[in-house]
Amino acid sequence: MTNYSNSDRMRRASSAVMTSLTALCTFLAVGALLVILFYIAWQGIGSLSLQFLTDSPRPVGEGGGIGNAILGSLVLLLISSVFGLPIGICVGVYLSEVGRGRLAGVVRFIVDTLTGIPSIVTGVFVYAILVLPMRHFSAFAGGVALALIMVPIVARTTEEMLKLVPHSLREGALALGAPQWRMTLGVIIPAAAPGIATGAMLAIARVSGETAPLLFTAFGSRFFPTSLNEPIASLTVQIYNYAISPYDEWHAQAWAATLVLMTLVLGINIIVRFLTRRRF
Amino acid sequence: MSAVTESTSWRRVLSPTGNTGDAVFRSLMFLVALFMVGIVVAMVLTLAADSMLSIRLFGFSFLKSQQWNPIQGDFGALPFIYGTVASSLIALVISVPFSLGIAIFLVEQAPHYIARPVGFLVELLAAIPSVVYGLWGIFVLAPVLRQYVQPALANWLGWIPLFRGSITGIGLLTGGIILAIMITPIISAVVRDVLTAVPGTQREAALALGATKWEMIRVVLVNGAPGIAGAVILGLGRALGETMAVTMVIGNRPEISLALFDPSYTIASAIANEFTEATGDLHLSALVELGLILFLVTFVVNGIARVLVWNVTRKSGGVGRAA
Repeated sequence: MTNYSNSDRMRRASSAVMTSLTALCTFLAVGALLVILFYIAWQGIGSLSLQFLTDSPRPVGEGGGIGNAILGSLVLLLISSVFGLPIGICVGVYLSEVGRGRLAGVVRFIVDTLTGIPSIVTGVFVYAILVLPMRHFSAFAGGVALALIMVPIVARTTEEMLKLVPHSLREGALALGAPQWRMTLGVIIPAAAPGIATGAMLAIARVSGETAPLLFTAFGSRFFPTSLNEPIASLTVQIYNYAISPYDEWHAQAWAATLVLMTLVLGINIIVRFLTRRRF
Repeated sequence: MSAVTESTSWRRVLSPTGNTGDAVFRSLMFLVALFMVGIVVAMVLTLAADSMLSIRLFGFSFLKSQQWNPIQGDFGALPFIYGTVASSLIALVISVPFSLGIAIFLVEQAPHYIARPVGFLVELLAAIPSVVYGLWGIFVLAPVLRQYVQPALANWLGWIPLFRGSITGIGLLTGGIILAIMITPIISAVVRDVLTAVPGTQREAALALGATKWEMIRVVLVNGAPGIAGAVILGLGRALGETMAVTMVIGNRPEISLALFDPSYTIASAIANEFTEATGDLHLSALVELGLILFLVTFVVNGIARVLVWNVTRKSGGVGRAA
């Protein structure tokens, strides 16, 4: 500490203060996450039971469960994946392998736009083109709305993963005389397959938490799903309905349902992170 | 290999090599891409068409009117526009300092073995579904605000018109705080990419000239300023469209009030609450027009954000983060 001027000490001091502040911000953010997660676990664990997980909703005071909502969410995820994953992957392949120049720029711009559209607006659109003509809410409409949210996510990650495949693989395939479709389907996509799969899983995790687009497409139901042409319950909409109800019993069920939902969403995210860890 | 390679003109056009399989493959991919473009165009057209009833009746006064009266058929978007903008601004004011702090800590200060898991935990905040935030907001945040924070704010800062209103824990401030928590991981993730893209030579130059750690960080921030601006605008775009969490804690009252503790109403919440119970075609059309306004606003905001962020991260060869 010899011969340091006052201004030097000021600069050091302010540097120390600011760097501790940034550490504090991070600590608070991680703390917020842990508080939320532990609170969900603490509140939700009390109402969890096998009966809760398999029963359908009952009037207040009679118990009931979220079995139909879990099944409904799985059905909606299935429908949206059937539509969303192939289309998203094809768009990603187009953007990475096939697209040239202006047209590809337009497509990429459109996909980016689709990423930023609020999910409630997507729900309004699907309501107008599916629910109104069909004259009823349906699981199918809900699945389509979720697929529309899924496509840009899957397209983006597919494109990025395909671009990461080294050019030497492409050149090798072409040098051996493979046409482009053979190269893409037989060499590039299998090489990028783990990345594309993780992108798909992340999209599924994201979509499983969506509520707004389901509010007026799949709508919700108190019964187990019997057909794709009927309204269907989902975990997220059920949580919403229970949360804004005035009954404590339903609030407790909302927490337990949230615990189930969070297990699914966090589980997928953690598995994906585990699979994509670098091994250096 | 196709046996006959005569250059049929359509094959040549679709595929440079003239290979039939290629032509089929390329046109199939192109058609799927075209289909998605068509979907987005259809989205805009449908929103416009279904709001025509309301647009023709109200015209531009829709944007200035504060009336939202389904019974008398008088609709105006101003309370919702105010609520949307105000809640998003509150969210930005709260979130941006925290997000910057987190990003700076993770990129400049934390050693690798801390930065990676902590970064993952911050990104997990983005994975929590909106309705879960709403649930937590109703049962945890609102009571805390009602019992401790809002009375304290009203006591100390009540002379500012902002810190007044009904102390129920449900209102514009609660909505803004929940939004702030939701957009923090997005902003910090993009700012992390932006800061990583700043060349190391800038840092070394600052340190070589005798800068303290914080002074070096300031140099890096100035370098990445456009990208940081883009990240903030991206967060804004996300906050504007957020529906469920806001609906559950903002009070859903279509009135403009400067007091932060008072309830408010956002465009997305209005659509979510009233769509399935809309009384009549005009009501529905007014709600769709709200949706159209929201779509256009988020479109412009996200476009600006993307231009700012792309320019910064693409230059260094980094891959842009999915919004």
